[in-house]
Amino acid sequence: SLRSLTAVTCTVWLAAYGLFTLCENSMILSAAIFITLLGLLGYLHFVKIDQETLLIIDSLGIQMTSSYASGKESTTFIEMGKVKDLVINEAIYMQKVIYYLCILLKDPVEPHGISQVVPVFQSAKPRLDCLIEVYRSCQEILAHQKATSASP
Amino acid sequence: MVLKAFFPTCCASADSGLLVGRWVPEQSSAVVLAVVHFPFIPIQVKELLAQVQQASRVGVAVLGTWCHRRQESEESLGHFLEGLGAIFSHEPWLQLCRERGSKFWSCKATHRQVPASLGAPGQDQVMLIFYDQRKVLLSQLHPPAALPDHQAGDATASAGGLAAVFDTVARSEVLFRSDQFDEGPVRLSHWQSEGVEASILVELAKQASGPICLLLACLLSLISAASTSRVFKLWPLSFIWSKLSTCEQLRHRLGQLTLIFSTQKAENPAQLMRKANMLVSVFLDVALGLALLSWLHGKDRIGQLADALVPVADHVAEELQHLLQWLMGAPAGLKMNRALDQVLGRFFLYHIHLWISYIHLMSPFIERILWHLGLSACLGLTVALSILSDIIALLTFHIYCFYVYGARLYCMKICGLSSLWRLFRGKKWNVLRQRVDSCSYDLDQLFIGTLLFTILVFLLPTTALYYLVFTLGLIHLLVDLVNSLPLYSLGLRLCRPYRLAAGVKFRVLEHEAGRPLRLLMQEVKVQTSRFSLTRPNAG
Repeated sequence: SLRSLTAVTCTVWLAAYGLFTLCENSMILSAAIFITLLGLLGYLHFVKIDQETLLIIDSLGIQMTSSYASGKESTTFIEMGKVKDLVINEAIYMQKVIYYLCILLKDPVEPHGISQVVPVFQSAKPRLDCLIEVYRSCQEILAHQKATSASP
Repeated sequence: MVLKAFFPTCCASADSGLLVGRWVPEQSSAVVLAVVHFPFIPIQVKELLAQVQQASRVGVAVLGTWCHRRQESEESLGHFLEGLGAIFSHEPWLQLCRERGSKFWSCKATHRQVPASLGAPGQDQVMLIFYDQRKVLLSQLHPPAALPDHQAGDATASAGGLAAVFDTVARSEVLFRSDQFDEGPVRLSHWQSEGVEASILVELAKQASGPICLLLACLLSLISAASTSRVFKLWPLSFIWSKLSTCEQLRHRLGQLTLIFSTQKAENPAQLMRKANMLVSVFLDVALGLALLSWLHGKDRIGQLADALVPVADHVAEELQHLLQWLMGAPAGLKMNRALDQVLGRFFLYHIHLWISYIHLMSPFIERILWHLGLSACLGLTVALSILSDIIALLTFHIYCFYVYGARLYCMKICGLSSLWRLFRGKKWNVLRQRVDSCSYDLDQLFIGTLLFTILVFLLPTTALYYLVFTLGLIHLLVDLVNSLPLYSLGLRLCRPYRLAAGVKFRVLEHEAGRPLRLLMQEVKVQTSRFSLTRPNAG
């Protein structure tokens, strides 16, 4: 957020200015500017997620894309054969209850077991009403896919 | 289920013809490998497909027709193509059609033998997925050939999926061997139809590598047999060998070279990657070592180094003496125990004196030794660095001694302190049960224990200071770093990104209602941190 960014930049530059008054070396100031710029670029490229997308293609799979502020995109694709179900999970975190959407993956060894739980929209963290809409449309597609795959 | 048609991007602009590929019934997907153009004789097409099937063990068949309309008045072509369905029967029969200059395609998949009781129309919904044949072929995303031999059924179907598609493309390499300049009976269109990719150097290297590998493997086995002979197992030679990092490095290098030049082929892509990584890192190492060698031997640098060495050692000794004098006084304002301080300080000073006399004794021979050691740089930069670290370790041996003494003393003190602290609280260490138990001591035991505890506590700052001052150790990190850089993966990532694919991602292309859905399949680059290479232990 803007506030934390300004706070960090101010602290770094104040510290650099303090060091400069101690050492009388102007390299410290340019180093501080350099570090701030690098830190900002790193933050935009590795930390700040602008958009998260969930793409469900019937009979192919589910694809989750996160696009960062610098334009970088990281994608994960899960084949439909590995997907067991899509659920909304409830979790108690400190003093509140949070809801998140997650994909359950099948266990190859045990037919009724779950091998992994993959949470979706980890950075956007939409609220329950939004999640319910997404859940409904996803379940339509998954139900259709299960119906057609059951009949060979 | 929706029928998925995997279509190569290179054939999207090809002329009309027949679609040749493989049908995977479990996934309900049709993998198109190539397009056969007019004119062709059906018998020859069937022969070619039988040949390919025999050579690659992939069930290649004619899947349908492909129609690329250049002008408006090519309706006759459409009818002709439909007639072909009678000659090459395949279930289901795919018909892809594209207008010239239009982005949208029309696809139909018809089933011939549909039982009337189903009541469903004889057509399926089709989804088009474009893929880049070249990247899929070279991306090594396909599983090893052992997979189809597992028990068929749900295991392969769920583990396969897209992997089955890639496997198909990879195994039908023989279909891609002919290009448009070959005079064959049938004209094909695929990713290599513009010209087969090959390189003379690569072919020559492949031919030559066989006998060279054999020769080098024999040589290396001789060397390793000689090095593990009984002579080297006697003490103290074995002790010295294990301590010197040079020997560790040489052994590691030898192991690497043996692995590279072994005559076995790599079983799976990960091993191949590791082998290639090692080869490139060995080459780079030797190149850097030779560069260092040439730099050293020019301009009489070795003489300069040798001349500079003895004064440096003297200087270091002087600094150490200053340090010890400082410690024996009141370092940083702390008040040390005078007697212990003097004892330790004088002890260390005597060590330094011994060491300096030794260095002065060695000084005439240093240049010769350095020259010979410089020659070893041609074995690789890491060897040179490890020798350097050994030399530095030898030169600073006295500091190492101090560190050992300081550490031992400190350890003993801490041991005694902890035991006496337990006595102070009325507890004891139970060796049998490996835990602390309560114990009732006699009065005189308690008295002596408390006295000793007090003495040790007040002597603690002195020994702790001596211990802290002499703790060292750095060059090993550098050698480790040079050894384990995943250079091949890095280089490959820069030059040919598709070789290191980790997965796939799909992109939805422009969509019109009523037309089939079109997707583009692309590779996802692997993160370099996921690659685990063999790391050597520090010497």
